[in-house]
Amino acid sequence: MTISQIHKQLTGKEVSCKEMVRGFLDEIKKKDKDIHAYLEVDEEGAMKQAEEVDAKIEKGEEIAELTGVPIAVKDNILTKGFNCTAGSKILENYKAPYDATCIQKLRGAGAIFMGKTNLDEFAMGSSTENSAFGPTKNPHNEERVPGGSSGGSAAAVGAGMCVAGLGSDTGGSIRQPAAFCGVVGFKPTYGAVSRYGLIAMASSLDQIGPLANSVEDARIIFDAIRGKDGFDATSLDINPKSEARNSKQIQNIKIGIPKEYFGEGIDPEIKKSIEKAIKKYEENGAKIEEISLPHTDYGLAVYYIIMPSEVSANLARYDGIRYGLSKDADNLLDTYIKTRHNGFGAEVRRRIMLGTHTLSSGYYDAYYLKAQKVRTLIKREYEKAFSKIDVIMTPTTPTLPFEFGEKTKDPVSMYLSDIFTVGVNLAGLPAATIPCDWIEKEGKKLPVGLHIIGPQKSDYKVLEVAEMFKN
Amino acid sequence: MSKNLSKEQVEHIAELARIGILDEEKEKFQKDLGAVLDYVDKLEGVDVADVEPTAHITGLENEMREDENGSSHADVKALADMAPETKDGYVKVGKVL
Repeated sequence: MTISQIHKQLTGKEVSCKEMVRGFLDEIKKKDKDIHAYLEVDEEGAMKQAEEVDAKIEKGEEIAELTGVPIAVKDNILTKGFNCTAGSKILENYKAPYDATCIQKLRGAGAIFMGKTNLDEFAMGSSTENSAFGPTKNPHNEERVPGGSSGGSAAAVGAGMCVAGLGSDTGGSIRQPAAFCGVVGFKPTYGAVSRYGLIAMASSLDQIGPLANSVEDARIIFDAIRGKDGFDATSLDINPKSEARNSKQIQNIKIGIPKEYFGEGIDPEIKKSIEKAIKKYEENGAKIEEISLPHTDYGLAVYYIIMPSEVSANLARYDGIRYGLSKDADNLLDTYIKTRHNGFGAEVRRRIMLGTHTLSSGYYDAYYLKAQKVRTLIKREYEKAFSKIDVIMTPTTPTLPFEFGEKTKDPVSMYLSDIFTVGVNLAGLPAATIPCDWIEKEGKKLPVGLHIIGPQKSDYKVLEVAEMFKN
Repeated sequence: MSKNLSKEQVEHIAELARIGILDEEKEKFQKDLGAVLDYVDKLEGVDVADVEPTAHITGLENEMREDENGSSHADVKALADMAPETKDGYVKVGKVL
């Protein structure tokens, strides 16, 4: 079900909000034992919210488009009334003391919060296998990962256990799981959605965005949560009109295809699906142009310096003193060490150590400063490309959803899952993924994601082009 | 060039990061961190002469707001109550010196 369908049914009194929410809760009960998309479900709260919506409709009050719509929230976004664990033992019993700005906005619009969804610990991972509370399974094949880190939200949407979800994307954490679970995912321009109340991972890259069943739904949620916020100095306003080049028609769209994204390392079946999808745009009138982004190959290396550096700084706050897990020790230093050793999982400790090293005296220039310079080159390269084209299209992921355990032994092989998505975060761009094809493996169909990237602040344009896709 | 870290380096980083690592974990961290450092080594080939490092990706500068007394989303008591140890509304910390 989509948001506009729900809105129509509620306002037309075809179904009560209570019945509808009960239906989703039943789906969760039926499916989530196996899929494990949710870490916490608030049945009582959701039913109470639904009752209030029904009372409003009964009184003939006008309701907003999002009123009564069941939403799942990634468990690194503070939502009052729920725990907020970030998938980590160190925050296992941490109760959100306030609402993140995006949650406050959705609450104001009347959305119903079904629960909090699973993620790789502190959003570090591409499979949810790093969650301290066990992995989520892919709803299309439970032997395979749902992607990550927003794997819980992607699986919840993909399995029909909510209408839409919120995720966060630092290097692909909305788009890669959306692609793996066959749903739409959207990572807005850096700063378009306030990060206030999002548990920080890498602050110059983190961005909140929606996962949904349709591009229209993703746009409705993005509309509701975006905007400049006094609590996040990096936030900015996106004008829904001025940025679009005023071309609602596909004939006016110029699509750039970077050859670097179709070479080595990509599954040939994915390559074929993506080429087929691009062909459809062409048949419908869009202009296709081959482009080159020669620094693509350096994106992941830049990311694996900048991200851990920011992680090491951001996660210094988990010290066992102010909140979260605290391990008693004889002195303050040992309290820190014992708390962090017990509270953080292997991948989180790996990234903290990596970042501590790349920022440490004698290494800063060679690693962090160098990476920020190459980041400038990557940003320029995109800007140059966008002077001639409207959007760039690539595969979202190099492979189909992989099997559990396939990449956990070798961190670098896991990191390569993000090779097509990190460039967007480094350059602060908006990008969407839409399911464009299904490939059969072991008798089960697995989705392929088409990645659509636009220049900074062209968020509505990207969504517009995504909406033009016709299968 | 392999960027393998020595065992002593791994111990030093763990100490700086306030991350306790066990003896039996050291070799694994040595190997994993080394593999990532090897991977990011590919940046050595990029020419960045005269390139400015990115400071802020959308180019916002000096974002100011009025210095007014207002409310945050959170209630101060709720925040203080989260600390494992408090005294008279303050967070209690072990002796530093």
